[in-house]
Amino acid sequence: MVEFSGIKEIIKPENLVYKKTNIMTENTLSYCPGCGHGTAHRIIAEIIGEEGLQSEAIGVSPVGCSVFMYNYIDIDWQEAAHGRAPAVATAIKRLLPGKFVFTYQGDGDLAAIGTAETIHACNRGENILIIFINNGIYGMTGGQMAPTTLPGMKSSTSPYGRDVKTMGFPLKITDIVATLPGSYYVTRQSVHTAANVKKTKKAIRKAVQYQKLNKGTCLVEIVSNCPSGWKMTPVQSNKWMEENMFPYYPLGDLKTPEELPTK
Amino acid sequence: MAKIRGSIVVNIEKCKGCEVCMVTCPTGTIAMAKEVNGKGYNYAFPANPDLCIGCANCAMVCPDGVITVYKTKI
Repeated sequence: MVEFSGIKEIIKPENLVYKKTNIMTENTLSYCPGCGHGTAHRIIAEIIGEEGLQSEAIGVSPVGCSVFMYNYIDIDWQEAAHGRAPAVATAIKRLLPGKFVFTYQGDGDLAAIGTAETIHACNRGENILIIFINNGIYGMTGGQMAPTTLPGMKSSTSPYGRDVKTMGFPLKITDIVATLPGSYYVTRQSVHTAANVKKTKKAIRKAVQYQKLNKGTCLVEIVSNCPSGWKMTPVQSNKWMEENMFPYYPLGDLKTPEELPTK
Repeated sequence: MAKIRGSIVVNIEKCKGCEVCMVTCPTGTIAMAKEVNGKGYNYAFPANPDLCIGCANCAMVCPDGVITVYKTKI
């Protein structure tokens, strides 16, 4: 491993503050530079490690950029067909009720082709955790317009910007899910700054704890960037996300249970 | 008052040079190297190691998890 380090005297095991968790494998992530997927993966791996769920967790990976997620987090995985992750997760949770089952899906997967699966899994109140990465674009296939693309936003299939007259309005699927009686905890977060990473980690930790109660579906939306699809540098894309995505997709809890259960 | 000093270790071969850590660093410790790593990215490195306070903001936002942070009181 080639490293570049700061002051050598401080680098001792007892001074360690932050290190990549061992639950993340050593494989290099396949994502573009600056993509929020990597941060989201690391948060999930950290929570799984801290909650001691490595042997209990079963993830369902989607189709999209994060299709190879099973190479990066060292737990049990199941690959699902495009958009069908909540349906697959439903089956796994019903067959193995003691396990912690979660899906990780992008907006093309969850909000376009998998809308029916998502809404019905949440409406049935399946005891799964859905982690939804919303970057407003189909990243893997070349930046096509997704249901979550903002009005006026340029993509490879809406080169003059999304025209709401012909292409419809962006779908706030998290808000729809929050209105369903089967959902238990629904929140929207982001991972572009250290403060938001901490908030997201807290939200996912809460969702994992709620899952143990088997009270219903938890959905954590993470508003993320797509520097390649948006044709920006990572820093520009984070700024653009703050200015344009957050007014339409405001961060915060959309549905919370009355109180956090005591351990 | 005890002074807090930090230090970071960057795994430069895995760094993709996205610059997110450089922007988030409150003290300007991190800069992007003029040289490139094996993949052709200008990697991040602690250019001003004396300024580091070990806040771990860089490690938290790093999408590829290449930064390890150490902190101590002097």
